[in-house]
Amino acid sequence: MNPINFIVALSAILFAIGVLGVLTRRNAILIFMSVELMLNAANLAFVAFARKWGELDGQMFVFFVMTVAAAEVAVGLALIVTIFRTRRSTDVDDLSQLKG
Amino acid sequence: MNELLVYILLGAVSVVAALGLLFSRNAIYAALFLVLNFGVAAVFYLLMNAPFLAVIQISVYAGAIMVLFVFVIMLLGAEQLPAADTGVRIKASRFVIIAGVAVLVASVMYALLTQSSGEAATYASDPAAIGVMLYTQYAFPFEAVSVLLLAAMVGAVVLTTRDAK
Repeated sequence: MNPINFIVALSAILFAIGVLGVLTRRNAILIFMSVELMLNAANLAFVAFARKWGELDGQMFVFFVMTVAAAEVAVGLALIVTIFRTRRSTDVDDLSQLKG
Repeated sequence: MNELLVYILLGAVSVVAALGLLFSRNAIYAALFLVLNFGVAAVFYLLMNAPFLAVIQISVYAGAIMVLFVFVIMLLGAEQLPAADTGVRIKASRFVIIAGVAVLVASVMYALLTQSSGEAATYASDPAAIGVMLYTQYAFPFEAVSVLLLAAMVGAVVLTTRDAK
C-alpha cells in the first residue's frame, strides 16, 4: 500500500473518532479535545497531499490551521472557565438555559 | 516494505491513542492520549517530508495547546468526571450517527485501498522554502493571522477577568 494512501486513510479514521468524541461525550473539555483531534486529522491529510503533488501550499495550510487552532483553544478554554465559574459544571447537557 | 511496517506501527499507536481519548474516564488521561497522538502525527510529518511542521506540531500543539488544556482541567478540578458522565454515552438516536460515521469511513477506505495514488513528487520543503512562501505568496494570510492571534489573546483575557467591584 502506498504511504500517501495510508496517511489519508489514517486521517479519515482519526477524523471519525473525533466526530464520535464530539457527538457522544458530555464534558465540554473532552468535546474540545475531540475537535483538536479532527483538526489534526485534517492536517495529516493536507501534508499527505502536499507530498503527493510536490506543492508546499498544503504545508502552508497546515501552518495556518495550527495558528487558528491555537487562537480557538485560547478563547474556547476561556469560555469554559467562565461557564464553570457561574454554573459549576462543564457538562454540556447542563447548559440548556437558552432552550425555549 | 520496512517503511510500510513503520507506517503501520505508528498508525496503530495513533489510532489507539485516539480511542484512548474517546473512551478515557479521566480528563487528564484523555489529554495525555491526545499528546501521544500529536507526537505520532509529528513523526508522520517528518516521514512526509515536512520537518518544519513536525517541530511546530511538537512546540505549538503538544507544548502550548495541550499544556493549556491540562492547566484548565486542573484549574477546574474536572479531571474526575462525575459518575453519570463516565465514558461514552450512547442513546438510541446516536446509533444512527455512529452508523453514518462507519459508512463514511468504510467508503473512504474502499476508495483509498482500491486505487493507488501514484508516486510522490519530490520538492524542497526545508524551513527556508517555507519562509520564502510565507512572506511572498501568503503574506496577507500571515498578517491576518497575527490580528487573529491578538484578538484571541485579548478575548481570552477579557473573558476570564473577574469584574472589579
